[in-house]
Amino acid sequence: MTAREWLLSDTPQSRSQARMGRLYGGWLTFTGNRLAMVGLGIVVALMLMALLAPLIATHHPFAQDLANRLQPPSAANWFGTDQYGRDIWSRVVYGSRLTLYIVLLVALTAPVAGLLIGTISGYLGGWTDIVLMRITDVFLAFPKLILALAFVSALGPGIENAVIAIAITSWPPYARIARAETMTIRNSDFISAVRLQGASPTRIILGHVIPLCTSSLIVRVTLDMAGIILTAAGLGFLGLGAQPPLPEWGAMISTGRQYLLDQWWVATLPGIAIFVVSLGFNLLGDGLRDVLDPKN
Amino acid sequence: MTQAMIGIEDLDVTFGYGAATVHAVQNVTFQVKPGESFGLVGESGSGKSTVLRAMSGLNPDWSGNVSLDGQTLGRQRDKAFYKRCQMVFQDPYGSLHPRHTVDRILAEPVAIHGLGDADKRIDRTLREVGLGPQFRFRFPHQLSGGQRQRVAIARALILEPRVLLLDEPTSALDVSVQAEILNLLKRLRAEHGLTYILVSHNLAVVAYMCDRLAVMNRGRVVEELDVESLRRGQAQQDYTRQLLLASQGYDRAVADSFKDFA
Amino acid sequence: MTVSPSATPLLTVENLRVRFPSRTGYTEAVRGVSFTVGREKLGIVGESGSGKSVTGRSLLRLVAPPGEVTADRIEFDGTDLLHASERKMREIRGQRISMVMQDPKFSLNPVMTVGRQIAEAYRVHTKASRSEARRRTLDMLGAVRIRDPERVFDLYPHEVSGGMGQRIMIAMMLIPDPDLLIADEPTSALDVTVQMQVLAIMDELCSSRGMGLIFISHDLNLVASFCDRILIMYAGRVVESCRAGELHAAKHPYTRGLLDSLPRLDDDRAELPVLTRDPAWAAEGGR
Repeated sequence: MTAREWLLSDTPQSRSQARMGRLYGGWLTFTGNRLAMVGLGIVVALMLMALLAPLIATHHPFAQDLANRLQPPSAANWFGTDQYGRDIWSRVVYGSRLTLYIVLLVALTAPVAGLLIGTISGYLGGWTDIVLMRITDVFLAFPKLILALAFVSALGPGIENAVIAIAITSWPPYARIARAETMTIRNSDFISAVRLQGASPTRIILGHVIPLCTSSLIVRVTLDMAGIILTAAGLGFLGLGAQPPLPEWGAMISTGRQYLLDQWWVATLPGIAIFVVSLGFNLLGDGLRDVLDPKN
Repeated sequence: MTQAMIGIEDLDVTFGYGAATVHAVQNVTFQVKPGESFGLVGESGSGKSTVLRAMSGLNPDWSGNVSLDGQTLGRQRDKAFYKRCQMVFQDPYGSLHPRHTVDRILAEPVAIHGLGDADKRIDRTLREVGLGPQFRFRFPHQLSGGQRQRVAIARALILEPRVLLLDEPTSALDVSVQAEILNLLKRLRAEHGLTYILVSHNLAVVAYMCDRLAVMNRGRVVEELDVESLRRGQAQQDYTRQLLLASQGYDRAVADSFKDFA
Repeated sequence: MTVSPSATPLLTVENLRVRFPSRTGYTEAVRGVSFTVGREKLGIVGESGSGKSVTGRSLLRLVAPPGEVTADRIEFDGTDLLHASERKMREIRGQRISMVMQDPKFSLNPVMTVGRQIAEAYRVHTKASRSEARRRTLDMLGAVRIRDPERVFDLYPHEVSGGMGQRIMIAMMLIPDPDLLIADEPTSALDVTVQMQVLAIMDELCSSRGMGLIFISHDLNLVASFCDRILIMYAGRVVESCRAGELHAAKHPYTRGLLDSLPRLDDDRAELPVLTRDPAWAAEGGR
């Protein structure tokens, strides 16, 4: 029996084989989508870049060389240099760490909070639902960037505060999605069945409702990554995110815009980096939707 | 007379408020003896499933008297109730969690009731419903409709209940599979001395499975009769006779004679 | 009266095959089905996965890609349906061959009143005026025994019951006066008494208009009592065909097994015989 046959077997012999088989089936669907594979490639490349930054970068990201300021791309400086003569390629490479840091922190906090609030609200209904959803509405009523700006100015500029602000502003849509899904799941027979076994609401929400909501949430989070990166870049651009000399891509564009007409590369190349990474997450999200969305 | 296993007295169920109130079940009364199989027959909207859901504790908005084995039941049920009374649903595609393996589905009730010895119980119950151990780690989508319904029956049985509430357990299945499931349910009842309430729109299924039945229409019990009378066509009420005629296949003249019963 | 199928077949199907690509090659849903339909009621009976619904849909070329339909011949009243242009097919669908599905809720447009939907269906094929279409619609609603057509005309699909929804679907499918109606489990979602009434309407329309009917169902007894002829399908093939009245004398072990496994009111068996499937039934060419 080959590994493939073992994985695709309709008669798994153990818990782990059943689980692996399902993962493999999902992987086959995912790899069937070529654009999703491009997205995955970009995201993996971003991770490798962040991990191996010291090996990939040609210069130190903070090393100034005032004699060589605002040089166009060349063999020595692949992406040219900025107004302090720092190597833009190296700054973009190190900047990937900041991007990943922001993205991961937001992805680990906002959806989890949204998932819990949404499923509790949707499953319990009644007053719990009314109170939690009105709070959600308050957050939804403001444009995301404006609300984030307000939080950052209250908390003070800096990358950690930017992450907190983004997380606080991005959980409400997840709560809404999780609640809507929970309301359809709540009335299904398999939930009735587990209720009739005497399961507590906590057990039902954690063991039966949340696993069904996570997949669509993962898709949504992946598709939102681009927005998170752009919000972080926007905060950086306004000087409220990462502080100099950190090579955050948004901040790099912000300083580069003064030279946009004569030295285009200073602002454009970090911009392209943001664009490529956003696109990568979007394509990945599309592919994940094919695999995870229970409707298909 | 021996004490009833299930007693339902003056059961009323309403949905909605004010002008939109729907009186789904009105004044329903019947008793089921221990080890007996009782059928609830009616068309859609007759309230037969609503009675079952009130009995099971899924729908707490009812009034009247419901008792199990002599104990009067409240609207909130405790674990001890669920251990004695389990339910099998109509749609085998909707009643199993799509992301859980058979193993997980069967382990859940054992864990909730802290029964222990899950492995042995799961193996034994799977064998009892005619599924071998090779089915234990499959997901619902890897099973046929009949196999899923067997898993649903196993899930109800694993707590070793005294009463099974069956809500149209075979109406979503092919006829050849229906025969297998009906035989299985009949055998399990004999082996474990179970008490059944079977809800169905199919008179022939009820006749095969039950000892007595109640015919419901628009929330009320029209008539209660034993299966022998049903087989001989000795129904007292016009409504029951119309149901009997309709279940005997298409006949132009018969179809034209049908009327609505309010 | 029934016209014998050999005299003037309305529809002739020869060696119909439908297959769908899967992860491991192809899944064959229909494997070499041949039959003819005249101006009669033909029942196609089978269990889930027998290919009966796919057969019905493939006649109107409604099998969505990547499904592939092949046949030696599908001929409807002199027209080759297999090679007809998409435009020609649109003319035939609805106007000459109609189809009724199991659940009216999924087949009716939820934001349009039922009366307007039926009138539209009529106008698409006849270019009649609005008032003419309305008059015809009210007549048709009366013909499917809706008591108060004027009121029902202005209802939205969610405001009608299942039985009435199915009558409305039938009215919509019959208003262009088709020659052939394909009905896929048209009454399975309905209560038995309503089911009988809907069947009576279809029966009446068949005999008064001389329409052909392909009635697809899983219910052996219903088809035996309602149709003129029956095809029994198993694993994508027709394993037996007989006159409806002779179903209880069926010879094929599969048909016999299905009949036996039904619980009946008039006998008192302790156990129902269970169908043991013989791989030979599914084998091509084997009977």
